[in-house]
Amino acid sequence: MTFNALTTTRRSFLAGAGLVIGFTLAPKVFSASALEGVQAGGDKSLSQINAFIKIGTDDTVTVLSKHIEFGQGPFTGLSTIVAEELDADWSQMRAVHSPADDKIYGNLAFGLQGTGGSTSIANSYDQLRKAGATARALLVAAAAAEWGVPAAEITVEKGRIKHAGSGKESGFGAFADKAATQTPPAEPKLKDPKDFVLIGQELPKLDTVSKTNGTAVFTLDITADNMLYAVVAHPDHFGATVKSVDDAAARKIPGVLDVKTIPQGVAVYAENTFSALKGRDALTVEWDLSKAETRSSDQLTADFAKLFGTDGHEAANTGDVEKSFGGNGVQTLEADIVFPFLAHAPMEPLDAVFIKAADGSVDVFNGAQFPTMDKKVTAQVLGLDPEKVRVNTQLAGGSFGRKAQFGSPYIAEAAAVFAATDGKRPMKHMWTREDDIRGGFYRPMYMHRMRGAIDANGNVVGWDQTIVGQSIMAKADLDETSVEGAANLPYVIPNLRVISHNVSLAVPPLWWRSVGHTHTGFAVETFMDELLQKVGKDPVEGRLALLSKEPRHMETLKKVAEMADWGSAVPEGRQRGVAVVKSFGTYVAQIVEVSTGDDGAPRVHKVWCAVDCGVAINPNVIKAQMEGGIGYGVGAVLFDAVTLGQGGKIVQSNFHDYRSLRINEMPAVEVAIIPSSEKPTGVGEPGVPPVGPAIANAWRRLGHGAVRRLPIVSIGSV
Amino acid sequence: MNRNLAYVSMAVAINAALAVSNISMAQDNPVNALKPASAFQAIADENQRSVALFEEAGKVIQHPRCVNCHPATDRPLQSMSMHVHQPPVTRGEAGMGVPGMMCSTCHGPENVKVVGQAETIKSIPGNGNWHLAPIEMAWEGKSLGQICSQIKDPQRNGGKTLDQIVEHMAHDDLVGWGWQPGEGREPVPGTQAEFGELIRAWVETGAACPS
Amino acid sequence: MITFKLNGQERTFDGDPDTPLLWVLRDFEKLTGTKYGCGIAQCGACTVHLDGSTRRSCITPISTVDGSEVITIEGIEGKEAEAVRKAWIAIDVPQCGYCQSGQIMSAVSLLQLTPKPTDEDIDGAMAGNICRCATYHRIRQAIHNAADTMEG
Repeated sequence: MTFNALTTTRRSFLAGAGLVIGFTLAPKVFSASALEGVQAGGDKSLSQINAFIKIGTDDTVTVLSKHIEFGQGPFTGLSTIVAEELDADWSQMRAVHSPADDKIYGNLAFGLQGTGGSTSIANSYDQLRKAGATARALLVAAAAAEWGVPAAEITVEKGRIKHAGSGKESGFGAFADKAATQTPPAEPKLKDPKDFVLIGQELPKLDTVSKTNGTAVFTLDITADNMLYAVVAHPDHFGATVKSVDDAAARKIPGVLDVKTIPQGVAVYAENTFSALKGRDALTVEWDLSKAETRSSDQLTADFAKLFGTDGHEAANTGDVEKSFGGNGVQTLEADIVFPFLAHAPMEPLDAVFIKAADGSVDVFNGAQFPTMDKKVTAQVLGLDPEKVRVNTQLAGGSFGRKAQFGSPYIAEAAAVFAATDGKRPMKHMWTREDDIRGGFYRPMYMHRMRGAIDANGNVVGWDQTIVGQSIMAKADLDETSVEGAANLPYVIPNLRVISHNVSLAVPPLWWRSVGHTHTGFAVETFMDELLQKVGKDPVEGRLALLSKEPRHMETLKKVAEMADWGSAVPEGRQRGVAVVKSFGTYVAQIVEVSTGDDGAPRVHKVWCAVDCGVAINPNVIKAQMEGGIGYGVGAVLFDAVTLGQGGKIVQSNFHDYRSLRINEMPAVEVAIIPSSEKPTGVGEPGVPPVGPAIANAWRRLGHGAVRRLPIVSIGSV
Repeated sequence: MNRNLAYVSMAVAINAALAVSNISMAQDNPVNALKPASAFQAIADENQRSVALFEEAGKVIQHPRCVNCHPATDRPLQSMSMHVHQPPVTRGEAGMGVPGMMCSTCHGPENVKVVGQAETIKSIPGNGNWHLAPIEMAWEGKSLGQICSQIKDPQRNGGKTLDQIVEHMAHDDLVGWGWQPGEGREPVPGTQAEFGELIRAWVETGAACPS
Repeated sequence: MITFKLNGQERTFDGDPDTPLLWVLRDFEKLTGTKYGCGIAQCGACTVHLDGSTRRSCITPISTVDGSEVITIEGIEGKEAEAVRKAWIAIDVPQCGYCQSGQIMSAVSLLQLTPKPTDEDIDGAMAGNICRCATYHRIRQAIHNAADTMEG
């Protein structure tokens, strides 16, 4: 729990009560300035007010973010919450990553420390309000003691502490040390939300400037003197292992220092990145495919289809589905929808830097989405006590779920590469784009069999959905993430059945921005649209009629219809599609306008988006996440698939055949945020699910037929 | 180090590598060879001989290596499958790309071997004069007869005489790239000299076009 | 020995002449603002200015840079660069930020040659720069805004 963290004063901190920040031994390879910004917990010279807040003599307030910043804005969002209760001025706010510690920095939604599920704001909101309010109280107490005035007479506004009676005034910095020694209040007083001055404002993001001049430090940018550069040759089949290696040619490449076989492949160590890559190219590796996945994607699809009609895990069963399909005058509709493997393809491929200190402890620098997991796994692989491993979370060039892995398999590989050295030299391990696209941990392949029944009055009375695919959570029984959004269908349908089948493949699965909603949102929203079309109902009105128990869905859908002036004339050659999906507690409705492009592919011109995410902490960040989620979703639904070819060989390898959305394909986006006083919910993922089905719905209305297989645009051979 | 020499030796190495791969080389596959101009002497009718010579040269002209940069739109094509170039680039005013993304943003003075990356992208093609043929010289989607008429038409061939066409085909460095397209790319058939001779013979026989 | 000018300073390189400029910048010059994203000129994260034009440094052997002038995100200056940075900051274009050096190098080049770009001009210049966070919507807006501020 965080209570201890919040009440940790500098004195108890120095006494070692529970909080250890920073390096016990700064590696010599870093200059002090190089360390700043990359060292977990930030600058040690700052006064630690509590686990989340440091104050400098220069009046800066540094928020220790327990969540990784890879674009979704937690540095800004979490700092906003702190600044609000602290009555700080936005210009004095800074943010750094916190150290790895489940007890202090755990995600209150999961227990362990981690970022994901669009929980950063939601799980931190109360915690950081309290942290900010506590820090404010400590500053006030320090000022009161120093000035010899009653604390109650002191006001704080925009980073200035004032006592009107005596005319005294100060910034935070002058009291930073003293504040850290005050006794914190048991229950700090929180603001009434109506008095918020920062929450709800479009504050500039804290990490923008460094991201426009090349100074932002990502893991790949960390360099140390005498550093080794390592890459690993991986198999192009899932489940393959090294059978034999001929490294003679590789060892002759200038700059290549060593070649070692590790469990994950063959590691090449060199004096620089290019030598390492050249060395890897020169390897001849024979792979053992005896335990590999050798089926092609087409064969997998056929195998998945065999499970329909067999016993599965029941995720929902209300009414009498079979009976609903047999009623008088009932019309039915059936569809099989196939979803491909999807790679996350964050811009920064997976990477990590390892540095062993003189005392044998190790610093790991990486884009740690699950820092304590990375710490534990590093310790295991290196044979160290976990206390001897410090994980320094870095800004990461995107993730979209890729860096949140149970058992940290990427870090296990990187640590194995480091473990195979003598540890005397710092080491950077890097994946190339090919390692990334072919690295597995995909959004799994899924196949949905949809059956719908409409009675004689045109009402949807039966919904029967069967979902086949891997269990992301590696469950033997029902995996909620396979059926989320379907089993809890927002539409009121009297007879509902959702069945799930888990399949086991050698292709490792993972959550991908919006997890189960990536496929359930598509299946539900396209199939519902078809059912409504079949009975001549308007896509918006028809949905609203079935959402009677879901007021926030309704409001969001109504809002987007109003924004797009739904029902008004659409330009010649274009059609509109709509979808509404609730994910991670956030409601998003989108309307898209689509035409057929010159190349025969969908051209998405415009997306209107309404979002209800409770209290809007920073509308600017929320809008950015909706825009980004839309772009991510458009790219995936139009272009993306990782496929296994004949014999199970991975076909795609880089951005030439795993296409990313580009600026010329990006639609115009208009976002509206529904005003709300509900607790804030996440925005990183919820922008993604509706856009795919909305596009497919427009595409069908353009006369291209229903989309039964994604992506919509298949790439020919290249 | 002389880069051109290095390039030639690299090309030799690549050709050797290609010979053992599935991509066939001119010398061991007749489909990828060009008949010499002399092979057409047997055709008595000069007009027919001229047409036959151009049809033989057409194996080069209509090869994706050539057509890809003679597109019918503002977008060049790529690869043997002739799909639209990725990333999406546009011809610009001089066929050299547009401000911010010129052809030279990616295509340097010579082919560049790609190291340690995609197995399907072994090199990035390059030439000091890398650019698209003007739109009036578009070959994409046209019959060989249409291309033939176009090549002869000064309005659509950059104002060239037939002698200048021969010179261009036989010696232009960018045309010559087709035979040295870099690792991972199938070269056009024959040699540039053989191709030049075919065009010369075609002109000398009256530059007749296939129907 | 290869000699080139980097952000205005004379530099030399005597390693493997095939080494891409990208890795010379990052591993040898420690200029890490220029990013690796794909290694095959598909994503644009490695964009620099070579003799005044955009160039993907990942497929540029250092041997071809001999005698040339290289400008990176750390060294880009001038009214276009200033306008682009200001516009980027004003509407918080970056999300994860990893691709933004490349985006900015392309945008500056566009504005140097086309001070008042249309949407089509922006697509033409920027379609080679992938942003997985899909900040495209704001990139477009920021380029227009930068062009507007340069007018005065």
